[in-house]
Amino acid sequence: MFQIRIHGRGGQGVVTAAEMLSVAAFREGRFAQAFPSFGSERTGAPVVAFCRIDDREIRLREPIMEPDALIIQDPTLLHQVDVFAGVPRTAYILINTTRSFDALGVGEFVSGFDAARLCTVPATELALKHLGRPVPNAALLGGFAAVSGRISLESVAAAIRDQFSGKVAEGNVAAASEAYRHVSDEIREAGHA
Amino acid sequence: MLKQIEGSHAVAEAVGLCRPEVICAYPISPQTHIVEGLGEMVKSGTIARCEFINVESEFAAMSVAIGASAAGARAYTATASQGLLYMAEALFNASGLGLPIVMTVANRAIGAPINIWNDHTDAMSQRDCGWIQLFAEDNQEALDLHIQAFRLAEELSLPVMVCMDGFILTHAYERVDVPTQEQVDAYLPPFVPRQVLDPAAPVSIGAMVGPEAFMEVRYLAHAKQMQALELIPGWAAEFRRAFGREAGGLVRPYRTEDAETVVVALGSVLGTVKDTVDELRDRGVKIGVVGIACFRPWPLEAVRTALATAKRVVVLEKSLAVGVGGIVSTNVRTTLGGRATPIYDVIAGLGGRSITKASLARVFADAIADSLELTTFLDLDRNVVDRVLAHEREVRRSGPIAEAVLKEVGVVAARIG
Repeated sequence: MFQIRIHGRGGQGVVTAAEMLSVAAFREGRFAQAFPSFGSERTGAPVVAFCRIDDREIRLREPIMEPDALIIQDPTLLHQVDVFAGVPRTAYILINTTRSFDALGVGEFVSGFDAARLCTVPATELALKHLGRPVPNAALLGGFAAVSGRISLESVAAAIRDQFSGKVAEGNVAAASEAYRHVSDEIREAGHA
Repeated sequence: MLKQIEGSHAVAEAVGLCRPEVICAYPISPQTHIVEGLGEMVKSGTIARCEFINVESEFAAMSVAIGASAAGARAYTATASQGLLYMAEALFNASGLGLPIVMTVANRAIGAPINIWNDHTDAMSQRDCGWIQLFAEDNQEALDLHIQAFRLAEELSLPVMVCMDGFILTHAYERVDVPTQEQVDAYLPPFVPRQVLDPAAPVSIGAMVGPEAFMEVRYLAHAKQMQALELIPGWAAEFRRAFGREAGGLVRPYRTEDAETVVVALGSVLGTVKDTVDELRDRGVKIGVVGIACFRPWPLEAVRTALATAKRVVVLEKSLAVGVGGIVSTNVRTTLGGRATPIYDVIAGLGGRSITKASLARVFADAIADSLELTTFLDLDRNVVDRVLAHEREVRRSGPIAEAVLKEVGVVAARIG
């Protein structure tokens, strides 16, 4: 089983991101379960959503306390919510930011982690560019596909088109595709460093 | 057709396939997505020959369902929590009149203190209102139970509540197999009411009944539920043959063959319990679980059979009868009356508290060691409770309890589960 935890704020499409990720995994013939941490449904409030992916039926209903991958949609949460709770050193971490892990003040925390699994992507900027709206969720899924290799970009694009239609779908697919390339380049550079 | 959809939408699709004729509902979290989905399906014509009636309250929703059902329409509604309580009087009318309404209850806690999260207090508060109560383990079963519920309700002329865990199921995306219209039509025949308000053949429904006949009418309601116990396994078997999967029935044992410890639970927590049981089995622990699929009528014989060889029973339940303890466990105690088997009652997940494998493994280990208290509250913060009690002893005007507990617990925004 592969478990993903997504942190963001109300209005950033955190719950939709987890749902689309589960649809992408489903399209690849896997079992997937997505669910939000329910609560304050207010714009700007911290929101957590979860996604499990497995090759067999998923029965477990507890929240994901030790994620294999962490997606942070809003870096301002880093020092407000315990986003790294239970995150093992083997985890993939993807942060929506134009800054580095060090500049965000989390360099020390991730010092023992596998550098190839730590990525940043300017998802909000990509969403503004392709969609005209600062909703970073789809772009981050593209980045997640690149960093984790657990899902294909094609499946992410298909899940986005299931969720949205017309220009919104295509803008999100474009943002996800560019994020995929951005993160792929980042990993390659980390490999050379 | 396999789909990856939200539980609420899976239920909306299932209800749509059952060809409802009247849907009336008042929105309340976490039921809202179900009726929103149905509203869209009625408006778009996906559900043909159906009227969606907006009502001003849950009391009205159930009253409209009663009227519609008495007029011979296949009627459906859905609610949760305070909404179910607001219907309470009409619930007794629906069952007392023997009207086969199907209702989804997206299980949620009851306030005060106000809480929108999941537990079973709402459905349990209405356990004696004369409705059949089925509990879904996952979204596939939630979908399937609705198809069975209409069949069951109409065959028995009794209303059926399909209970599914609010948020945990209603808001979860998972894989479901949505049957075809042909499959559902083959399983669920058109509604032929036992009683109907028909100008061509006038009857009155809802007579005043005095002491001379009231006992008999109530006895017949009981007898009908007892009859349901005989019929439900057959309908579940027929469902399995038609749809190729298990759903419903009375009880569902899992790894109980040689189990010395048997956990009894209902609803979506069964998945986490089964995973925990598998891990304990891998370590050689003889433990199994019995899922209660049908809570009302209470399947006394089936539970007794399923627990026949258990040396101890752990009843895990998401509800609390204040001043008593467990509700499901009270039923289990009645079932095992006369046996010396210890029955441990574990109250868990109230108001949406996460139920984790780690906590379950711990409480099961305590049960196996027979060191568990007969009534235990899973992951209760005893320190907080003790501090609040101490404050109450010291200060006469100790203030509101919920606020005091929140103050003791502190900021929770940083927590994950």
